[in-house]
Parts: sequence; C-alpha cells; structure tokens
Amino acid sequence: MSEVVISAQSVGKTFGSGAGKVTALKDVSVDIFQNEFFTMLGPSGCGKTTLLRLIGGFEQATSGKILLEGQELNDLPPFKRPINTVFQSYALFPHLTVRQNITFGLEMKSISRDAANARADEMLELVQLADYGDRVPNQLSGGQQQRIALARALAPAPKVLLLDEPLSALDLKLRKEMQIELKRLQTETGITFVFVTHDQEEALAMSDRIAVMQSGEILQVGAPRDIYEQPTHRFVADFIGDSNFLRGDLVDAANGGRAISFGEGRVVNLAADITPAKTKDVSVSIRPERLTITDANAPLDNKLGGTISSITYFGTDTTYRVDLDGGAPVTVRMQNGDGATAPFGKGDRVGVVVPAEAIRVLVD
Amino acid sequence: MGKLFRSKRFWLIAPAVVYIAFFMAVPLMQMAYVSVLERGDYGGGNLGAFSFDAYVNFLFERDLMDNLVLNTDYIQIFVRSFGLSAMTMVFALLLGFPTAFYISMQSQGRRNFLIFLVTIPFWTNILVRNYAWMLLLRNGGLIDGVLNWAGIETGGLDILYTPYAVSIGLTYTYLPFMVLPIYASLEKLDHRLVEAAFDLGADKRRAMKRVILPLAAPGIAAGCILVFIPCLGAYVTPELLGGGKFMMIANLIGSQFGAARNWPFGAGLGFVLLALVLIAMLAYSLKFKSLPEEKI
Amino acid sequence: MKVDASNPLWRFRGITSTAMLFFAYLYLPIVILIALSFNENRLATIWTGFTTDWYVAALSNDDMLRAAKNSLVIAISATVIATIAATLAAMGMSRGRFRGETGVSAILALPLLVPEVVTAIATLLFFVAIGIKLGLVTIIIAHTVFCIPFAYLPIRARIEGMDPSLREAANDLYANEWQAFRRVTLPLLWPGILSGAMLSFIISLDDFVISYFVGGAGATTLPIYIFGMIRIGITPEVNAISAMMLLVSIVFVSISFIIDRIRY
Repeated sequence: MSEVVISAQSVGKTFGSGAGKVTALKDVSVDIFQNEFFTMLGPSGCGKTTLLRLIGGFEQATSGKILLEGQELNDLPPFKRPINTVFQSYALFPHLTVRQNITFGLEMKSISRDAANARADEMLELVQLADYGDRVPNQLSGGQQQRIALARALAPAPKVLLLDEPLSALDLKLRKEMQIELKRLQTETGITFVFVTHDQEEALAMSDRIAVMQSGEILQVGAPRDIYEQPTHRFVADFIGDSNFLRGDLVDAANGGRAISFGEGRVVNLAADITPAKTKDVSVSIRPERLTITDANAPLDNKLGGTISSITYFGTDTTYRVDLDGGAPVTVRMQNGDGATAPFGKGDRVGVVVPAEAIRVLVD
Repeated sequence: MGKLFRSKRFWLIAPAVVYIAFFMAVPLMQMAYVSVLERGDYGGGNLGAFSFDAYVNFLFERDLMDNLVLNTDYIQIFVRSFGLSAMTMVFALLLGFPTAFYISMQSQGRRNFLIFLVTIPFWTNILVRNYAWMLLLRNGGLIDGVLNWAGIETGGLDILYTPYAVSIGLTYTYLPFMVLPIYASLEKLDHRLVEAAFDLGADKRRAMKRVILPLAAPGIAAGCILVFIPCLGAYVTPELLGGGKFMMIANLIGSQFGAARNWPFGAGLGFVLLALVLIAMLAYSLKFKSLPEEKI
Repeated sequence: MKVDASNPLWRFRGITSTAMLFFAYLYLPIVILIALSFNENRLATIWTGFTTDWYVAALSNDDMLRAAKNSLVIAISATVIATIAATLAAMGMSRGRFRGETGVSAILALPLLVPEVVTAIATLLFFVAIGIKLGLVTIIIAHTVFCIPFAYLPIRARIEGMDPSLREAANDLYANEWQAFRRVTLPLLWPGILSGAMLSFIISLDDFVISYFVGGAGATTLPIYIFGMIRIGITPEVNAISAMMLLVSIVFVSISFIIDRIRY
C-alpha cells in the first residue's frame, strides 16, 4: 500500500456537557492512503460527518489526534489546512460569479490573478462547464452547482478532498452520472477523496475502501467486495445489501473442518477454519443470492430442509421465502432463467443449499 | 469570567447590550427610585427624602385640615385610558381581522404589496398622521364639508377634541399592529384544515368559528396586546385630537414634567404604566410561549 | 393559506368590503393631506386651484430649516451608531445558542416593549441626575437606544437566512476570520444592514415624544417644530411641511423594503 495521508488516532468527540452531553465519536482510529477514494458509510448520527468535520478543522477533537502526512493537525484552523471540502449544501457564494467562486481559494493563497484565472479555466474544463464562468450560482441547476463546488474545492490542489454527502440533493439519474464523474475526477487528479454517505450502493460503486460506521465507531474497513462478501458484524451485513441471519453452534465437521449446527442434525460445513470467540449460539450471515433451492430429496451436502411460504417475482430474479425446519425463515434469491417458469410453488417442501464459502460467522 | 472576556461573541454583543442597559435599563431603575422620593420644595429636579407620597397622591389628596381624602381625578384618567384603549382594540380587531384574512387569501405578490401598504403608515410621522385627522374632523373640515354638501346640516360637526376623535385617531395609529400578527398566523394556517371542516359539514360561519378563529388565536391575542399597550401609553393623539382636554395616562405623566413639576409623581405613574405593560407581556408569553412582537 | 380567492368556497361575507374600507381608512387622510398641501385656498376645505406656494413658504422658513437640520444631524448620528452596534450584536447572536441568550434578547427588545413616554421621562431623569446638559447630544443618545432594535431585526433576519456553511466554505478555502467576514459575510449581510439603517433613520427622524422630553430648550427637531405649529393652528404651510415629511418617510421605507428583498 502507498503512503498514509490522513491518520486518525483514537479520536473522540463529544458535544455539550452535563445531561445534554452527546458522544459523536468514541476512540476512532483509521488510516487513509494516498490517492484513494475512501468512503465513510453509515446511517445518520453514526459520526461520519463529525469525523469529516474534524479532518476539515471545523470541529476540534475532544481526545486523540489527527495527522496529515505525519503532522499533527489538531490546532490548525481550516484555513491553514491543505484540505478542501465539498459541502452538502455546496455553499457556493451567492454574491460571486462561478469564476470568482473558483478563484476564491487561490486568491486567499495570494496566487496572482492571471494564474488564478488560468487555473479556474482549467477547473471549469475539468468539470465540463467551460462556458459557465460568468454566471452566478443561482442560475445553475443542482448538478451544475455540484460540479462548480467540486471545481472550487479542487482548484487549490488540496492534499485531501472531503465530500460531505454531496450527491444527496440530486435526483437518482443525476446521482448515478455524478458517481461516475466523481470517480473520474479522483482518478484524473490523483487527489485523495474522503467521501461521506449513507447510501450503500453509492459507497460500493465508487470507493477503493469503505469504513462502515455505527454509533460513533468504525466497525469494519475494507474494499467494497470484502465489506459485502465478508462482513464482520451483523450491522455491516444488514446495512449493506440484504442478508439472512441465523444462529447456531459451532461443531467439528465430519471432514475434519468446522461446521455449524442449527440443531437436530441440521448441520452445514464451513469453508475456512475459523477460531471465533465463542462456539455456542453464534450468529452467521448468508447473502440471499448465494442460496439455491433444490428438490427436497436431492442428495447434496450442506442442504437444509424447509417449506416455501411466499414467492415474489422481481423481473431479473425471484425471491423465495423459505421456512426452514426448526423455525427460522430465510430469503433465497434466484435469477430467472430465459422463459422458464418457476419450478417451485408456494407450500412446496424443498431443500436449501448453503455453499460452505457463503457463510460468514459474525463477531456479535 | 476570564473566558467570557476572551470570547469573540462577548465583544460583538457587548456594545449594543451595554448601550441599551446603560441608557435604558438603568434610567428605568432610576425612575423607580425617584418615584419613592419626596417632591422637593421647588418641584422639578429638586428632590427630597424617601417617601411614598407619589403613590399616596395617586389615590388621595390632602384637604384643608391636612387629612387624606380620596381623590378620583387620577383614577378617572386611568379608567378613561383603559376604556379608550379597549375601544380602540375592538375597533382595530373588527377592521383588522377581515383585512388580514383578505390579504392571506391573495396571491404571493399581491400579499407582499398589501402588507407593505399596511406597514407604510407605521413608518410615517405620528404627528402628521394625527394632524391629517384634524383636517378631516374639524368643524368646516372635510367630513363636515362633505356632509353639508350632501344636504346633511351638521351645524358644525363638533367631533374634534372629543373622546371619539381620540379613539378614531388611536385606531388609525395602531391598526397595522393588529393586522400584521393576525396575517402572520393566518398565512401559516393550512387551508386543508378549513376544507376538512367544510367536508365534515361545517358551513362558513362554523368553519370560521371552530377552525379559523381558534387557529388564529395567538395572532389575534398578539394583535390585541400590540394595539392595547401602545394605546395605553399614547401621548400625541390625545394631545392633538383630544385638544389636551381628554388626558390619558401619558399626558398626565408628561404634565408632571411640565406645568405640574412633580417629578416623583410622574416617575411613579411611569412606573405603574411600565408594570402594566410588563404584566400584559408576561401573561401573553406564559400563554403562547413567545412575545407578541415575535408574531410580526 | 394558499387558496384561490375567486373560488366561491373561499368567499366569506364581508371580508372584501371590510378590507376595502380598511385601506380607504388607512390612506384617505394621507391623500387628503397631500392634496390640501397643494390647495391655493387658505381655508383648506374648498379647492380653488393648484399651487406650490406653501412649499415655497415652508422651505424659506428659517426656523423650520434649522429644526430640519437638527433632525438630520440627530438621525444620521443615531443611525450610524445604532447600525454598527446592531450589526455586531446580530453577528454575535448568530453563532449558535449560549447561556444567557434569552436575557440578551430581552435587553435588545427592551426599547420596543417600554411605552415611549416612560422611556422619555426615565431618560430625562437619568440625564438630569448625571448632569448632562439637555440638547442635541442627549437626543442622539436617546434615539440610538430605540434605533438599535430597529436596525437589529432586519440584520438578524439576514444572518438567520444565511447558510452557515458559507462561512465554513470561506475558511476551508484559506480565508481567515477577517477575510471570511469581509469577503463573504459582509457582502451577503449588506442589504440587511442598509435596510436596518434606513428604518433607524426614519424612526429617528419621525420621533416626537422622546425628543420632546429629553431635548431641552435649545434642540428643536422638525417634529417638535411641527407640533408647535399645529398647536397654534392649522395652516397650509403645516400641510406642506407634513406632506414633505410623509414623502421622505414613504420613500425611505420603500427603498428599505426593496433592498431587503434583494436575494442573490
């Protein structure tokens, strides 16, 4: 991996005092690397925006420290940090033209007017709004304002660009376009992007790495594929995509590996050799699309018996709700073949095949 | 404390607050103090020892035998002030509510313009506004002239320098204060609530009585207070349209600093007026959790 | 309410006619006053012809001009001091909540709550007690007090309507506190400040009661002068001066309203 740009070390943040005290971040540590698209993902109130504002210098950490390339940032005001922000509301200065907005940061750094204007043209070109320099922000559409906010924040060539839910005000189609656009800008400029969102799809589509946050803590950091396929916490598995959660006991498998027992001989083998903290009543997650439904009597390993309780057709796939023997319901999502009618009906007794590598044993 | 003086906010707010505190809050406290002093031998700024004379004088006077006897002159002025203010408040409400209702049903642009029209007189000189009514009301004035021209022989209207003239002038002066808060509460009213009332069988009268009026109540109450209170302290209107013959509280207070030269008594009256205002404000804010001024 | 007034469902009896009566009541005296100020006839009621003589007479009246000059000096001084204090206070009040905020708001609203005549006599007693000679200075001091809330309210409303992330954005783009104020906050606040200043100016120019009590003999303002004239009797010259006062107020409020509606 390349060099660490931002390093948060045991950062805590509380607001207010006494009875009104709110803990926004508790002891968060994370490293963000050079030239990566790093996303902080979580529901509102999870502390992601607070962490972003701490990095930007708009709030001061209660404990711990934040380093930029090894230098401690804690006491530097925002205007002394080589970090720029794209605000959720864009915060474009309404009394200035687009060009004046973009050159604002350059002027503050005492860059000559000519150089600043040249840079502004370059930035306008970059965000594909070359002819819009003389407009004022209120004459622009939401998507255009978004691009100008990006151009303005990128113009001073910051070491890190912070983006606070910048796409949340856009409609779905525009948001998809801007996701691609943001990724392109990040690759083209080579600047580290730190992106905050509550939209898991957005996070998966754009990020090099994602930090999933809940209640002021980072639960898991990893590449989108790791986060999706190997969630460590129930919260992560639930927040990102759909998941089935089952509880069972860890046992030794017949083949010498590990297996999980859901009681009364309903045992499925696990792929990797795991050493969890406990063996009784552990929680596992299985993505619905990794399950398959077969004939109840098919001679297959890792098969659990059950009854189909409902079937929902979704075009590209069909979702089956299966009540497993022993009570727990699971959701199975199977792709629809070309023209084939669903081979199973409601009330049928079926087998649900659980591939060993699809089972994730969770921490909680 | 050290932290306070180092905070930027403190230094931003301090000038305005200190200025008002020093030149208004302190004088008000000092006024309360003066009201419990004796009137000096020469009156005016010449003040004597501690005494409740000012408050005793309000109800009693000393007769030739130096006994205290009840004197209702001042009480009459208070009663008249309350009566005129209440009358003005009712007139203003009767005119103001329908107007506010009318404005609230117009298109956005028209509303802004009409509200602007309502506020303009507030910003014009109060003497000029009252003077205009003198032109209209006096004998041989415009109204008199029009009536005579129409064949109604008035033989002189004789309305100027009467309580009626004062009430007309007060209503005119404080009318905007009734319309603005009522309009503010009607503007916020969700018209679907009225439609729901219609849907549930209420006719217009009942929809007005059961839905619109109750929901506009905070605005109506604010309007009433904002008309009543300044009326109670009105100085110019009774002076001009009452011709000085129909004193209200403020004129009585003023006269203590003029001809009567009894400053402690004037200060005491001022303090009573202030207390009445603050009690009304307090009652409103306890009931509606805001100050009436915030409704404008 | 957002309703179509032409929909019969929303026609309540007597509403439109009362509103018309209201506006007639509000503007008839003003219109009549202005009309009479151009009436050639000295006895007002009968229109005998158009003349501007009364304006000429008013504008060549030295006493009136001296009073007008006093009023201008007072209004400009009070406006400048009040607007600066109000701008600073509005900025201080906008930075989130703090302990004692209610008390500070109450003090800032105090001049609006206290009856004018009470303010007038309390201020008079205070000036006499501390021994300041009554005159222009005492009027300016007293006017500044009640001008502060009038200037404060529109400025405060501007700040409330301002996206707080604009200032953060300026900081983020390397502007320090002062640069962020000068380059972002002040330009955005400007219409509010101007509007507040204009309102202060008219309120001071129009004030009668407070000037009357704290002015003393030497400092006759225009309203005090007009009061004196009205007491003596109704003359066409008073009509002309009154009409001019009206005009100045209306022009200033209109400008203030227009400025206040500037949106970027």
